[in-house]
Amino acid sequence: MSTETISPNMEPSRWSKIVNSNMAYSFRRNPVAMVSMVIFLLIAGAAFLSPLIAPYDPYDPAQINIMNSEYPPAWIDGALPEFVLGTDDQGRDLWSTILYGTRLSLLIGICAVALQAFLGISIGLIAGYIGGRLDSLLMRMADIQLSFSTLMVAIIFLAVTQAMFGTEVFNRYAVFFLIAVIGVAEWPQYARTVRATVLAEKKKEYVDSARVLGFGPGRIMVRHILPNSLSPIFVISTVQVANAIISEASLSFLGLGMPPSQPSLGSLISSGFDYIFSGSWWITVIPGVVLVVLVLVINLLGDWMRDVLNPKLYKG
Amino acid sequence: MKDMNVRTPLVEIKGLEKQFDLDQGWLETLKFRNGRITREKRAVHAVNNVTLDVNRGEALCVVGESGCGKSTVARLVAGLLTPTSGEIHYDGSRIDDLSRAQMQPLRNRIQMIFQNPYASLNPRMTIRQALEEPVRHHNPSFSAAEVREKVTEVMMSVGVDPTWAKRYPHEFSGGQRQRIAIARALTVDPEFIIADEPISALDVSIQAQVLNLMLEAKESRGLTYLFITHDLSVVEHFGTRVAVLYLGSVCEVADTATLFSNPKHPYTRALLSAVPQLKDDRPNHIRLKGEIPTPINMPQGCPFQSRCAFANNRCDSEKPKAIHQPDGSLVACHAVEENRLDEG
Amino acid sequence: MSLLSVRDLTVKFAMRDETVTALNGISFDVAKGERLGIVGESGAGKSITGFALMKLISRPGYVDRGEILLDGEDVVKMSDQRLRELRGDKMSMIFQDPMVTLNPVLTIGQQMVETLLAHRKLSREEARQIAIVKLREVYINSPEERLDQYPHELSGGMRQRIIIAIALLLDPELIIADEPTTALDVTIQADIMELLLELCQSNKVGLILITHDLGVVSQMTERTLVMYAGRIIEAGRTREIINDPQHPYTQGLINALPQQTLPGHKLRQIPGNMPSLTNIPPGCPFNPRCEYATDLCRTRIPEIAQYGEVQVACHEVQRLQAEGERQEQNA
Repeated sequence: MSTETISPNMEPSRWSKIVNSNMAYSFRRNPVAMVSMVIFLLIAGAAFLSPLIAPYDPYDPAQINIMNSEYPPAWIDGALPEFVLGTDDQGRDLWSTILYGTRLSLLIGICAVALQAFLGISIGLIAGYIGGRLDSLLMRMADIQLSFSTLMVAIIFLAVTQAMFGTEVFNRYAVFFLIAVIGVAEWPQYARTVRATVLAEKKKEYVDSARVLGFGPGRIMVRHILPNSLSPIFVISTVQVANAIISEASLSFLGLGMPPSQPSLGSLISSGFDYIFSGSWWITVIPGVVLVVLVLVINLLGDWMRDVLNPKLYKG
Repeated sequence: MKDMNVRTPLVEIKGLEKQFDLDQGWLETLKFRNGRITREKRAVHAVNNVTLDVNRGEALCVVGESGCGKSTVARLVAGLLTPTSGEIHYDGSRIDDLSRAQMQPLRNRIQMIFQNPYASLNPRMTIRQALEEPVRHHNPSFSAAEVREKVTEVMMSVGVDPTWAKRYPHEFSGGQRQRIAIARALTVDPEFIIADEPISALDVSIQAQVLNLMLEAKESRGLTYLFITHDLSVVEHFGTRVAVLYLGSVCEVADTATLFSNPKHPYTRALLSAVPQLKDDRPNHIRLKGEIPTPINMPQGCPFQSRCAFANNRCDSEKPKAIHQPDGSLVACHAVEENRLDEG
Repeated sequence: MSLLSVRDLTVKFAMRDETVTALNGISFDVAKGERLGIVGESGAGKSITGFALMKLISRPGYVDRGEILLDGEDVVKMSDQRLRELRGDKMSMIFQDPMVTLNPVLTIGQQMVETLLAHRKLSREEARQIAIVKLREVYINSPEERLDQYPHELSGGMRQRIIIAIALLLDPELIIADEPTTALDVTIQADIMELLLELCQSNKVGLILITHDLGVVSQMTERTLVMYAGRIIEAGRTREIINDPQHPYTQGLINALPQQTLPGHKLRQIPGNMPSLTNIPPGCPFNPRCEYATDLCRTRIPEIAQYGEVQVACHEVQRLQAEGERQEQNA
């Protein structure tokens, strides 16, 4: 028997493996990524804990008094001390409304991306692994889908559903419609990226090895190829969450998204827009700043992740 | 135990051909020539009419330079590619036209070891996962303990410490990874192993370790090898028989000792003379003119004629057939057939 | 005076957690027109030596100490300006992979003419004529046509010839060839090696041939360095080293070759692996794999010293020599 002299080592724990990984190391070395991560966690944390943090519940009519509308933020003359960031046109506390709105925006963004990812990854895996005519068919479908702009598809779809079901029903299910339309409109981004990585991974010998061992295509795709295609999926996911949040905001701004009674960041900006020239700029500007900061930090995190996971720099 | 079949070869390759289409879609086959649009298909003729037998218990080495189709032969036999024409028989029954499901019972008899140990192990699977997966797949009735026992036994037999099973492939050196890749192939107890350049990515001192391991496995498990390599010194050591491939065609098949002591085909001679020798101060190799032509437009006659010093008109027009020689070797060469080689 | 004189060259790489020593105090000389082989396995530091000689080590690597005297001038301390003049002119390098060394968007002619014009005051036409002469020297048919071709139109062996022609373009005194034929086929490798040998001999060019292949070294070079884990462990005339290696690692390396064992028998393998640079064992770096290792080997690093015809870095070399002689007498 051949012997291998291997010095026995302590088996490192899972946690120390994560702390010592390349990714954690480059994270510690990158102040932009660290600051972005902190801001993102602050915003996301505050948003998801909004029922606990927010002083008012913007969904509870009992807590809203129309007489309180358009109070400016606390640092401007004429403010009421209980409304730190002022109030909106309906008399809701802007701070609470922004917290709830951010939660809704993030929720829609993440769910829409989850839907995109599910559709795109499945289609991309199948197209890349099976190849041939099926691949051509699926990719032409993706091309067609991509040649419509997301907003155009969404506007038509949402306008038609709004007309079909009536505003009331639409408003009740607006969250699901938005998730569905943003999710469906953007799957080709995932499908293309996944297909490209699958084509590269498929040529590697570990896939041949799995085939020689007699594993079926489903197992090879899910168990072998998919885990090795995750890096680009992570990278586009961050960018796609930012895009989905913007799409949601744009649609809500156009009056096709969340109704004013269930404010998201977009519908909040939209509802304040009418008052911007009457002096109540804060209703639009403050949620606008939150939106910009949120999207910016997500994109910065995405940039950092792309640099770290760049297959050219990254040795597996 | 297989005494009764000793005379039929384990693997028979008959007239195997493989072409790869260069033009993928229908549109790409359209060419604009002489003012009109014509359809033409270009194909790489990777393997041309290869006939070979692998006998039980032997190590048949397939040698040749890059682009000679040796890896394609390996992949065809492993069922990773489907031949354009020709047949592959395993243990008496045809296997090249089987579906994946029909192939399933053979998957634990035929295994393959790949060239690059850095790519042949899934980087996201621990060694244990990689080794247990095939055992479970082929033995669904095994309990978790039985699976683990099997994996431990195989790891011990290839000299990898079983306590390292929790690690990922990137934590191992090339030689250790190749051992693990061999272990993975051995987990299903195969009888026939196709090894595609298994040591060419490794360092010299590690090559010896892996070759020894494969020789041990051959003896202790009664394995039959189809060993693909470009390294003739490895062939001389490892192979019982050798097939020399050039541009997808077989030039010469012979017992290792016969081939090295008495090479007949001009290409085999050139190949042997080109191996850098340790003790010989003076390089004295047969210089071939030109380089290997691309296998896209195959010459009509002998594939080697463009570089052969003995080529004549017949070589130019007629493809030589493999002919049995008195010492048992098979040589496809007009010059050998006509005894032109050693006269001049 | 020797053409190249390397003294105590140490190259380090500043890694994430620690600084690793890739080359550890190596010293050697190359005389004018001499052919030197550097042998070792991957991770031995042989390629880094080549890069250091051309001052091509880039961050995170750096030359920690030592000097590289080329005709008395220290390459390590040289200005970038002077370095540009020297590279290609006095010494040039041939890399491993002919497929990526040539710039794919420039024709062969453009690449050769640019190189010439950068170093010599010539007209374009004169430069072209020199390029044609050099291509002819490396046995390229119809060089005039080749000059107008792009690299992708040529085969691997042809490209490596052209790379050799480019390396010889300015009549350098030293060529560093880093695994020049590893990416090529056996028959073409033999051609290229023969060509390189012939050119070096006829032009009196010094050659440093970096390779893992002992057969190639044996046929090409006059002197050989064997490297292990960033150190030179044996140096001397190639014949001596191949026929009568002194260091246990060199012995193991040669004995592990398949042609050193009868067919079908077990090869004499060296156990274990080359240590990674982050994890070099204390004492002699080879001691965990060495069958002759003693306590001294496990604690003290052996200095390289002259034993008979060759230089060896091994504590036990005299004992091994004595044992070898005894065995010979018995036989």
